[in-house]
Amino acid sequence: MLEVSVQKRQGEVRIDVAFDSDGPTVTALFGRSGAGKTSVVGMVAGLSRPDRGRIVLDGRVLFDADSGTDVPPHRRRIGYVFQESRLFPHYSVRGNLAFGMRLVPPAERYIGFDNVIELLGIGHLLERRPGSLSGGERQRVAIGRALLASPRLLLMDEPLASLDGARKAELLPFIAELPRQFGLPILYVSHSVDEVLRLADRMVLLEAGKVTAGGAVEDVMSQPGFAAAAGGIELATVVVTSVERHDEVREVTHLAFPGGTIRVPRLDAPPGAQVRVRIDAGNVILAREEPRGLSVQNQFAGHVTELRHRPGLVDVVLDIGCPLQAQITSQACRDLQLDIGTPVYALVKSTSLSRSDMAEHLRAKALK
Amino acid sequence: MSMLTPLELEALRLSLWVSGWAVAVSLPFGVLAAWVLARGRFPGKALLDGLIHLPLVLPPVAVGYALLVLLGRKGIVGGWLYDVLGISLIFNWKGAAVASAVMSFPLMVRAIRLSLESVDRGIESAAATLGAGPLRVFFTVTVPLTLPGVLAGTILAFARSLSEFGATITFVSNIPGQTRTLPIALYSLTQVPGGEAAALRLCLISVGLAFLTLLASEQAARKLRQRLQG
Repeated sequence: MLEVSVQKRQGEVRIDVAFDSDGPTVTALFGRSGAGKTSVVGMVAGLSRPDRGRIVLDGRVLFDADSGTDVPPHRRRIGYVFQESRLFPHYSVRGNLAFGMRLVPPAERYIGFDNVIELLGIGHLLERRPGSLSGGERQRVAIGRALLASPRLLLMDEPLASLDGARKAELLPFIAELPRQFGLPILYVSHSVDEVLRLADRMVLLEAGKVTAGGAVEDVMSQPGFAAAAGGIELATVVVTSVERHDEVREVTHLAFPGGTIRVPRLDAPPGAQVRVRIDAGNVILAREEPRGLSVQNQFAGHVTELRHRPGLVDVVLDIGCPLQAQITSQACRDLQLDIGTPVYALVKSTSLSRSDMAEHLRAKALK
Repeated sequence: MSMLTPLELEALRLSLWVSGWAVAVSLPFGVLAAWVLARGRFPGKALLDGLIHLPLVLPPVAVGYALLVLLGRKGIVGGWLYDVLGISLIFNWKGAAVASAVMSFPLMVRAIRLSLESVDRGIESAAATLGAGPLRVFFTVTVPLTLPGVLAGTILAFARSLSEFGATITFVSNIPGQTRTLPIALYSLTQVPGGEAAALRLCLISVGLAFLTLLASEQAARKLRQRLQG
């Protein structure tokens, strides 16, 4: 269990952050650049010193301003995978991998050298120098190097940010497996919604140095404040679904969730896989009566549970077996005479759900 | 070696010997000083920086005289060295080495400091998160990454020592076999009638030696760079 509660003045930003994460899970530290994510991770690693606060990992106090405890980074047993890999240029890949491993007593190692190179597929790179590796290869070696030091917590600071889509897709499942395979908790810094949807169990939302939300990924991402914090995205509801079946003829996939079944363009995920779907509130159409003769594939009956009035707009929260948010104009809200408890039908166009709105939750797969 | 006269050979040997010792003894201090200047934060740092660089801008004769005052048998440091350790630096090759070391020290420190400052601190942090304590980080990461600068500084200091004249002749005079290095032998020859031809030969030897040193430095730097960049 990791408990973090730290304060630090860092230039213009005052970082004041408290969160914890329990068990071998992936906790995402999410926020725009400049929100203080890297600073927080740096304090957890011991690379920078909080002005005040406390950091405890598995009952061991790593930092406590009151008692003056400040365990130096090399005694914290916290692995760190940096965005720019930071490999040792003067060592071969083998030398890089072995660097941390040699410093851990054999009895405390939970992963072997051969195991790591096999998992990461870097056996053919061992005699190369970091300077001659591609970005993806470098990041693999950096992950392997951190793992071989047998850390009790792994910090990953946007480890995939410098990689292209294909390399990312290769590494994500591997990272998702780590907590289960080695009982290793991960604190994962990211500003990518997609990475968090695929990888994280829980998330902590950071804005201008402060925690503004924390909890299960679907809950945090469905909050009204999330879109603003993430920037460039709209209010949406994230629902957890599982692949029911693929309809190969119509090229659609049926996803089961507490609200029923949602049909989406054919997904590349096996039946039973957990898929998180982001449904844009602006793409949800509301109807007072059961609509007929429409092309819209997804239709859910429910009732209004909350109305949030904003200038010209209303966020309507529905209960369709699970919460679902719709965003309509104030005029439409008046015309439909919506009020708490009003029964409504919510319509979601299949094609309004793009590839980037649906992410197979790799961690859920890893847990099976 | 039959190309060289015994006198030339003696001066050449002495020069290499004195410069070698000067560099070897000052290297650890050079690394330390460079480290302190590159990484340290303490009051009086500017003063230390100035002090180390002083020989670069002072007249060499002034440095030589200062050494004479400080390190002479009646000097503050020299008296102690002689009384307690029985070491005398006056009028022998050890004194010449000290003079060379002091004069070449700023060049050595500068080169090492520059290369220390260019070491990515992030890589040192990475080593710390892998379990390496400060000392291990220094020797397994910082030093190897600074090596090109250390090498450059060492060779620069060596070349500077070979050409050292003013401070040496002021501090330890001009004694054949003890302090008469190449430049001082060359100077002596220009002071006697008919010494021009011999002086020219010494001049050419000096040029050759300096050239070889620079070539060796280039070669070594290239090798190191290749090793670091893979």
